Amino acid sequence: MSVIYILLGVSILVAIIFFIAFIFAVKRGQFDDSYTPSVRMLFEDELIKDKPNDSILTNKD
Amino acid sequence: MTSNTCFHCGTPCDDIQIEFDDKLFCCNGCKTVYEIFSESNLTNYYDLQQAPGTAPKTVAGKYDFLTDDAILHKLLEFNDENTQIATLYIPHIHCSSCIWILENLHKLNSNITSSQVNFNKKTVRVTYQANNTSLKDVVTLLSNIGYEPYISLDDISREQKATDRSIIYKLGIAGFAFGNVMFLSFPEYFEVNEFWLDRYKYVFRWLMFIFSLPVVFYAARDYFTSAFKGLRAGFLNIDVPIAIGITVLFVRSTVEISFDIGSGFFDSLTGLVFFLLLGKFFQQKTYDFLSFERDYKSYFPIAVTKIISETEEIPIQVYDIKQGDRLLIRHEELIPVDGIIIKGKASIDYSFVTGESETIKKQSGDKVFAGGKQMSGSIEMEALKAVKQSYLTKLWSHDVFNKNKEHTFTNLTNTISKRFTISILTIAVLASAFWLYYDASKVINVFTAVLIIACPCALALAAPFTFGNMLRIFGKHKLYLKNASALEQLATINTIIFDKTGTITSNKKSTATYSGMPLTTTEERLLKNTLRGSNHPLSRTLYDILKANDIVTLDYFEEHIGQGIEGQLKQDSIKIGSANFVGIKSQTGALNTNVHISSNNTYKGKFTFYNTYRKGVSKLFNTLKPQYDLAILSGDNAGELDNLKKLLPAKTKLLFNQKPEDKLEYIKYHQTEGAKVLMVGDGLNDSGALAQSNVGIAISENINIFSPACDGIMDATVLSNLNRFLTTSKSCINVIKWSFLLSLIYNCVGLYFAVTGQLSPVVAAILMPLSSISIVVFTTIATNIIGKRLR
Repeated sequence: MSVIYILLGVSILVAIIFFIAFIFAVKRGQFDDSYTPSVRMLFEDELIKDKPNDSILTNKD
Repeated sequence: MTSNTCFHCGTPCDDIQIEFDDKLFCCNGCKTVYEIFSESNLTNYYDLQQAPGTAPKTVAGKYDFLTDDAILHKLLEFNDENTQIATLYIPHIHCSSCIWILENLHKLNSNITSSQVNFNKKTVRVTYQANNTSLKDVVTLLSNIGYEPYISLDDISREQKATDRSIIYKLGIAGFAFGNVMFLSFPEYFEVNEFWLDRYKYVFRWLMFIFSLPVVFYAARDYFTSAFKGLRAGFLNIDVPIAIGITVLFVRSTVEISFDIGSGFFDSLTGLVFFLLLGKFFQQKTYDFLSFERDYKSYFPIAVTKIISETEEIPIQVYDIKQGDRLLIRHEELIPVDGIIIKGKASIDYSFVTGESETIKKQSGDKVFAGGKQMSGSIEMEALKAVKQSYLTKLWSHDVFNKNKEHTFTNLTNTISKRFTISILTIAVLASAFWLYYDASKVINVFTAVLIIACPCALALAAPFTFGNMLRIFGKHKLYLKNASALEQLATINTIIFDKTGTITSNKKSTATYSGMPLTTTEERLLKNTLRGSNHPLSRTLYDILKANDIVTLDYFEEHIGQGIEGQLKQDSIKIGSANFVGIKSQTGALNTNVHISSNNTYKGKFTFYNTYRKGVSKLFNTLKPQYDLAILSGDNAGELDNLKKLLPAKTKLLFNQKPEDKLEYIKYHQTEGAKVLMVGDGLNDSGALAQSNVGIAISENINIFSPACDGIMDATVLSNLNRFLTTSKSCINVIKWSFLLSLIYNCVGLYFAVTGQLSPVVAAILMPLSSISIVVFTTIATNIIGKRLR
């Protein structure tokens, strides 16, 4: 049953890793702007579509 | 695309139609923006959202001050030899197209390395290569594509404030510890005297102890400092029993596990702190796009142009303006100091100051006051005072602006906590005394148990969750309050004072009456068609009021800025504008705004414009009248007195010609007589009154445009709902009182266990979260039901 020490150690270690990740995320300002990234994420596809010149609705002919 | 709206900005363009690339544009500006975008392959902009743009407004030389190193240094966030970073506030940001175009700035100027939009704050953070481009270039580019940044004196006066994220850290730590401690303490709840558990429980207990350390010493720190401050001031606030509870929980638990008496209350301890912080976090509703702290600095420009000699002009920081300096005020620039006009005809818009948008004409030799916006070409003026001594800015040296309203007000929770703390201590002492006599071994147990179970977690959560949720509901209904304290004070109001211009009247003048000789049909047609060509606000209004006529193309049309317009069709000509322009003597002392008309050089008559009162004002006053003292404080002359008397219930106090200081003093006087004042205003001239009042609400027709420092910003369209907001805030207080009752019931149940000496960790671990959660559920449901009334 002494294996419980290892199990405890591992579980706490995993929890602490996630906790540090959270602190790090807050510090980097990931929670400061909760709206723009959600919109920006959707642009990626549009940008790729942007490369070939003629696929855009309003493009000059 | 709808047929007759501008492809770029969506303005209806029946009058002027510019066609380009099969698209309609309302003006050349919009067309130019489209050209810029299509050249750089950025027309995707128009696919994301229809007509997302705005017509660009550029005045040459407006951003010359951005070349000044001292100013640049203060504006830039980061600056090394080559790379510079600036965060610019752009009020126009409103849709996904805006984000897209602003994050693709590098396609328009290759020296911009990156740009990142924060939509909620309406800012864009631009990184650019400083050897090839400059901030001035970036700003000019932005204005050219219709995203003009707003740069004000505030940007350089404010110290860079680091965002305070400590509450998130604390919440994170408490939540992390709470979850882990729960797991570790769970086995001991039910299994007693089990072989393996008995062997390992010491490990579990000490692990819980370690987890609770950061919670007590970091996450709960604010409660200790607040309790200490309260005690030193001789005041038992809600944090005192909380701090006692936390301390007792921690000490008793540590003692229990050290001497193997029991498993301790670490689960309740971490849970308690977690829930308390959650309440605090929830109450902190912030509106990123609004600022409640604005003073004149947000309105004023950073720099103006100083004329040194006939040929030399330099940008000068407004703080450096000295008496006697000659300044050049360009079209649409703000007058930063009191002064005298030297050259040019001024027509000044004081809407920032008074809320009145009608321009005032001034000529050389006339005095002008700081805060006005020049609306007709450039003028030269001489400064009479420095910025801080000007008529308007002097107001901010008043003490009232240094006072924190939140601190002068005892909230409901703290009022009740005094009695609560005293009775808890009494119960603890009495119970201990009883057990001292009966079974002395249990005294410590009972004494600490009472303090633990009575820790007013649920009580402390009632107000934050009720107010936090109500602030959100108010926000959805377009009343944006600064904090919970403003909401709580709103419920105590008994006097309401309104400003007139811009508050109960709308900024647009939209009714006009005609007096003079009747116009013939041809004249009417000519009048309407001449007005069509003009963009002056008064012409637009008059155009909308007049009956529809067939559209004809004029033979001749000219707009004389600041004077009037003239048009000609065949042999008929018409002049529309100021009295001097149409060739009659202007009457001095006229209280109203007039537009005069002459046809074929003979004077015909005039249109007189009136402010229109906002919809529902009269009804609002009548519903408010039975419960509140009402008054109107207006900075204007008494021209509208009769009109107001008809509109408003009798006995409404009407005061005219009130200076900003008068308004402030009026409120102060009534407060000394016990009135709780709600001030509803809009302009900078109400700032003093808004700050002095118990609750100051600024009315704004466009939330994104600046409103002065206040406790709440209200969208002008919901002004008629004011009485509902007031009654809702009162119901909020009732919800809190009911929650107090509910939490007291929980406390009584807990006290039973505590006093009889049978408080086990399981009971505490169940009772504490249960009471907290039921309070949260109750307040949330109750506020949502009350909130429905606002619709």
